[in-house]
Amino acid sequence: MLTALFGAVESGVIYAIMALGVYLSFRVLDFPDLTVDGSFVTGGAVASIMIVNGSDPFVATMAALFAGFLAGCVTGILHTKGGINPLLSGILMMIALYSINLRIMGKPNVPLLAEETVITKIESWFASDWSILLFMLVVTLIIKFVTDLFLKTEVGLSLRAVGDNEGMVRSFSANTGWMKVLGLGLSNALVAFSGALVAQYNGFNDVGMGIGMIVIGLASVIIGEAVVGHSKIARATLAVVVGAILYRIIVTLALRIEFLDTGDMKLITAIIVIIALVLPKIIDRQKAASRKKKRLQQLGGKANA
Amino acid sequence: MLEMSGIFKVFYEGTPDEKIALNKVDLSMRPGDFVTVIGSNGAGKSTLMNVISGKLTPDVGSVFIDGTNMTALAEHKRAAKIGRVFQDPMAGTAPTMTIEENLALAYNRTKKRTLAFGVTKKRRDFYREKLEMLHLGLEDRMGAKVGLLSGGERQALSLLMATFTDPKILLLDEHTAALDPSRAELITNLTKEIVEKLGLTTLMVTHNMQQALDLGNRLIMMDKGQIIFSADEEEKKNLTVEKLLAEFQKIKGGGGLSDRSLLS
Ligand SMILES: Nc1ncnc2c1ncn2[C@@H]1O[C@H](COP(=O)(O)OP(=O)(O)O)[C@@H](O)[C@H]1O
Ligand SMILES: [Mg+2]
Repeated sequence: MLTALFGAVESGVIYAIMALGVYLSFRVLDFPDLTVDGSFVTGGAVASIMIVNGSDPFVATMAALFAGFLAGCVTGILHTKGGINPLLSGILMMIALYSINLRIMGKPNVPLLAEETVITKIESWFASDWSILLFMLVVTLIIKFVTDLFLKTEVGLSLRAVGDNEGMVRSFSANTGWMKVLGLGLSNALVAFSGALVAQYNGFNDVGMGIGMIVIGLASVIIGEAVVGHSKIARATLAVVVGAILYRIIVTLALRIEFLDTGDMKLITAIIVIIALVLPKIIDRQKAASRKKKRLQQLGGKANA
Repeated sequence: MLEMSGIFKVFYEGTPDEKIALNKVDLSMRPGDFVTVIGSNGAGKSTLMNVISGKLTPDVGSVFIDGTNMTALAEHKRAAKIGRVFQDPMAGTAPTMTIEENLALAYNRTKKRTLAFGVTKKRRDFYREKLEMLHLGLEDRMGAKVGLLSGGERQALSLLMATFTDPKILLLDEHTAALDPSRAELITNLTKEIVEKLGLTTLMVTHNMQQALDLGNRLIMMDKGQIIFSADEEEKKNLTVEKLLAEFQKIKGGGGLSDRSLLS
């Protein structure tokens, strides 16, 4: 049980980088980008093929980051220059990437168990059970802090404003189209980077491993926001990291229930997201109803007096 | 400063819904001119503003600002020369961002955006100094999210954001219409103060004829996509609401058009 939870936290930290990417598109840009399902695998595919062919695993992982950036930019260009709606741009790119990923990999599954990866390297440097967790935590937190700082720069501010009030930033001479392209590029760069690390962590890259990734990212963002809050940028990104780890823990615990098996994971994820989206609305409605009742009572009291 | 000639803009051309929003509009403004625009709903006032700002491209005609032909220039590119405040207090600011962050966004209207921080110690002092001009105490709430401000406060902030970087031309589209009377008066006074202080070339649409007479040095009246009446500096001084209504009736040929609401 404890090892399972330890593993959950470990992979949660790696998936947190993907969730930060989803945060950038969904929350900062307000762009529901489904490219993620494809670009996650693209990251894994680029990294694993380069590793299999003898590249340094760190170089391979950075290459994955760039591949993700390109994929995101294409989605952004489809939307801004091609005038295709956001959801469809992402879906088209996701489908296109499935074939591209297969091309990169050459086969549906690339094993990495016999290869030298980022994971094996870290394990060889620090001989401790904690080495992977701590190293990944440092990497994830660095990405979090850089993201926080970036979102406070002039470019970062206008990126945020695009998601908040696009017409307004345009009237302050920001090129909102290219801002979206940049934002989606950065988002998918993080997603692909995370995919590259996950492939190395799991010891293989599978062409199907991105299915539902967007929902996992979204679940992490929503869970994190509910637990940690999101009043400030630094807090919101911390929430995403915490959310990603909590999500893995929830799934691990859910899978311990007798009749659930790994195939049910996506269903569980979908249910988590649905609950997280619907619950606040139900609570609001109930609050409004009880307010109304109170008001009616007050009025009734006055009328009688 | 602004030179518009022969502007046509038609919506849904060739369909039964065809709407001629601007019908051969010519307008010329000298530096420092403050022109107020009145006219009934659907007269084409907002469309005129949108053609200047680049949100819409005219079907025919040209727009020159500060000597440059802007007719086909993308909205964000010409925005370096244009400050705008919209009718909806929500439209001019980013609600989830703080007051100082919003000012930082506006600061970059005339400057290229870089990876430098938008809010630094030095910039914050600069923003504070500007906020003090509004006399609303916003300089003490610079870290507050703009979504928490009232409509009037937001509109005052929008006005400041549109003007503190010295635009070549300021476009105000019924920017006091969504506010209650006292707030509207506050924004009107601020507008007057800021425009006079900076000597801004300003085009202001208003539904309030008294406001149109009180502010500015010129006045134009629009109807059905045309400028049907125009008063220069001397003529405007002698105008009253009654005279304006009479003018409108005369041009429209009278007959049930005396209703003030026609012009509001
Ligand atoms: N984006 C648009 N699409 C279609 N019709 C429009 C659009 N904008 C304005 N119109 C039409 O053009 C006419 C002028 O509108 P507008 O300039 O908003 O008037 P005003 O601001 O004077 O009330 C109206 O009939 C309006 O319905
Ligand atoms: Mg209008």
